[in-house]
Parts: sequence; structure tokens; C-alpha cells
Amino acid sequence: MNVIEAAGLGRRFWKTWAVRDCALAIPAGRVAALTGPNGAGKTTLMHMAVGLIAPTEGRVTVLGGQSAGSPEALKRVAFVAQDVPLYKHLPVEDMVRVARTLNGGHWDQRRADKRLATLEVPLRRKIGKLSRGQQAQVALTIALARRPEFLILDEPLAPLDPLARHEFLASVMEAVAEDGTSVLFSSHVIAELERVADYLIVLAGGHVQVAGDVETLLAGHQILTGPAGAAVVVGTEFDVVHAQQGLAQAHLLARRRTAAAQPPAGWQAHPVTLEELMLGYLREPGAYALPGPEPAVIS
Amino acid sequence: MKIDKQSGPADGDADGASRITFRLDPASGVPTYLQLVHQVEQALRLGYLAQGDQLPRVKDVVGSLAINPNTVLKAYRELEHRGIAAGRPGLGTFVQAESATVPLAELNGLRKSLLSWLRSADSAGLDTDGMSALFASALRDFHERRVATGAPRGARERGPGEVGRTA
Repeated sequence: MNVIEAAGLGRRFWKTWAVRDCALAIPAGRVAALTGPNGAGKTTLMHMAVGLIAPTEGRVTVLGGQSAGSPEALKRVAFVAQDVPLYKHLPVEDMVRVARTLNGGHWDQRRADKRLATLEVPLRRKIGKLSRGQQAQVALTIALARRPEFLILDEPLAPLDPLARHEFLASVMEAVAEDGTSVLFSSHVIAELERVADYLIVLAGGHVQVAGDVETLLAGHQILTGPAGAAVVVGTEFDVVHAQQGLAQAHLLARRRTAAAQPPAGWQAHPVTLEELMLGYLREPGAYALPGPEPAVIS
Repeated sequence: MKIDKQSGPADGDADGASRITFRLDPASGVPTYLQLVHQVEQALRLGYLAQGDQLPRVKDVVGSLAINPNTVLKAYRELEHRGIAAGRPGLGTFVQAESATVPLAELNGLRKSLLSWLRSADSAGLDTDGMSALFASALRDFHERRVATGAPRGARERGPGEVGRTA
């Protein structure tokens, strides 16, 4: 099953396309990271996946073909928006009660109580008086109390300090361990993303630039180091994604065309980190690494 | 879909205290799952873990390190593959291999003599790299001689963890 499937998906705001020609298939049971420059269309994509906005063209479904935003989909998907949508003037316990009422019978109060107790969130305090980290944890508690199969988080880490980030991610990962929840989260924070994500999507200019299993992506790319000049062609076994050239020496982010691809004589191959891979693609908006029946095309 | 089968219906009823905890070194360049594997092996060598001990529960590891549960499962699978641990369905993962068998007191004694060696190496003017190089080369010689003479200890493959064993 795929938790998100999109084909030809696009959304235009006035004359600008925020997302265009987007094709995606994120398998269930993964922790998928969605990254890309500001304005790349990450939030628009997420909003379409939860039915907050309608696509201008194309189609997006969740959890094996449920139409985004349909009652069935909403029952099984939880979304925490970027601005942490909580009533700031309400005490924590009232906020949780409101959320429980809004969600009808679809609510695990024990889980909510236990989480808030473990996190030592003061229940009588108004949401607006909590730290950013605690606000994020309350929003996550409300999302998790619905026992979602698929949890979508828009920039959950951005407003948090390092300790709060760690605790927030740990909470999400505990939910993954407990329930096998699938996760999609957007983030710029590469270190955290490397820790938890096993699936990566890079969005740039409204297009999906990279999508795939992290281990497969890392195994499929290498940094090749060798003489500059004739550097950009390194035989028929690699596609060069990005070249970093000095006068004498060049480092290439290269994708292997086959698993057995060997660097040409005079070149050394090094394993690539997720950060190098992401930066390499972001610097070359024309390069793509996408799964699918056809081999990935590189411009 | 539950990964952590040992968290029973009461969900976290056990105090979750484990004999060891993991830490991560993001700068090491070693994949996360291998860092966990190495730490279990190391704990076994140093006597912190013994046969039959339960490894930290997946949910606890994930909750303290904020890593993907699949990474922990991969590490535990690797430990099973190496014959060090075994999963018991519904219970967790347990140490299967025999531990160092050198008692902690003896290990501490060996550590002391190693420290006094380090001090004399230091006063002789050797820096850390020099000490490591000398130690590694002596260890290699020791291994080679053992293999050549067919000494009984040579039958076991433990690598550098064997250092402490004196024949």
C-alpha cells in the first residue's frame, strides 16, 4: 500500500504554479522526509494530501486510494500544520477535551493522558503560556490520540530548540515503533532528517526532484574524485549530477547506472552522505532521481 | 504492524530499565545500526552484558535516541546474524553469545596494567598515535605467533577484544 499517491498533481495560485506535474508514490510503513528550498511547494503538497486545498489539476490519494480529504481518509490521517493550530487561550486539558469532542469516538484518551503526564505538561496552564516545545508536544499528543495510520507534520522542528527537537522526534518515533504509523514530515534540518528518515523526497520549484528509499539512494550515488577538465564525462557507467571543479581536481556527485558501476581509471569513489546528495540535487534543478519503471532521466 | 511486541497490553508497565544504553556519534561516519551493533559487542566484551540479558527494547532505544525503529531492528537482525543475540517472539531480543568470561575484577586489573604501560609510554615521549600504532603492531605480532604455534586460543575469533587474555 502507498500512503500517498499522486499523478500529474498541480496547484496554481493566481498565475503561479506552487506544485506542478507532481508524481509520487510513498510506500506505507516509512518515515518519509520532504525537503527542498523555501517556496518549493512542500506545504501546498501536504495541504492537498490532507484535503485542505483542492488540486488545480491531477489527483492525489492517501492510504491505498482514499481520496484526499474524504471522511474515510480523514479518519485515518492526522495532520499537524506548521503554525501548530491550538487555541492559545485554552488550558491544556480543555484543549484536549475540545479535540476529543471534535473527533467523536475516534479517540484514545489513555494515550493522551499518558503522553501529557510523561512530558510533564502542566494541564491547567494556558496553551499560550507553554514553551514552543510543549505546544508542539500538545499538538502531537492530539494528533496521536486519534491513533492515525498516517501522520503528516509540516515543519514540526523549525520553531524548536535542540532538546525540544530531540524529544519531539523521539515521541514520533515511539509512535512508529508502537503502532507502525507511517510518517511524512517536511524539514530543512538535515541532521535530524538523517537520523529518522528512511524515505526522501526533494521538492524544487514545484517538481519532485528526488524520491526514493534512503539506503537505495545512498548506495546508488558516489562522490568521484579525479582530474578536472575532462571531468564531466566519467565513462558510461555514471550520470553526473553535480560537478565541483577546481583547476586541477574535481569532485562529482555521480549516480551509478548499474550497481556494479566502477569509476574509470584515475578516479576514486567515496560513499556519499545524505547531505551531499541533497545539496548536489538542489544545486542542479535540472537533475532528477526518481524511481519507476523507466530509468531516471538526467538533463 | 506492531514492532515492539514486548510492550504488552499495559503498555510500558515494566520500568524499562536495561543493562546498557546506546549513544550515537554522528561524526563517526559509521552507519547508525552498526554503531548499535558495535556497542553491544563492546558491552559483551567488557562484561556489561552477559548471556541471557535482554537488549534494550526497540521502543526505549527509539525514545532515547530519536531514531527510526527500523534502524534498531536492523541492528538487532545483524546481531542475530552474527550469532550474538536471538529474538524471542513476543518477548524481545536477548544475548545469546557467551560474554567475555573474564570477570570484571580481572578486567579491571588488566586495565590497570595497561594504564601503567601507557604512563611509561607517555614518559618515553610517545604520543597517542604512536601508542596506538605500537599497540596495534604488537597485537598483530601476538596474533601471528599464536596462529603459527597453533596455540589453543587461536581457534576463537574475537579480534581486538581478546587483548585482555593472557595465556
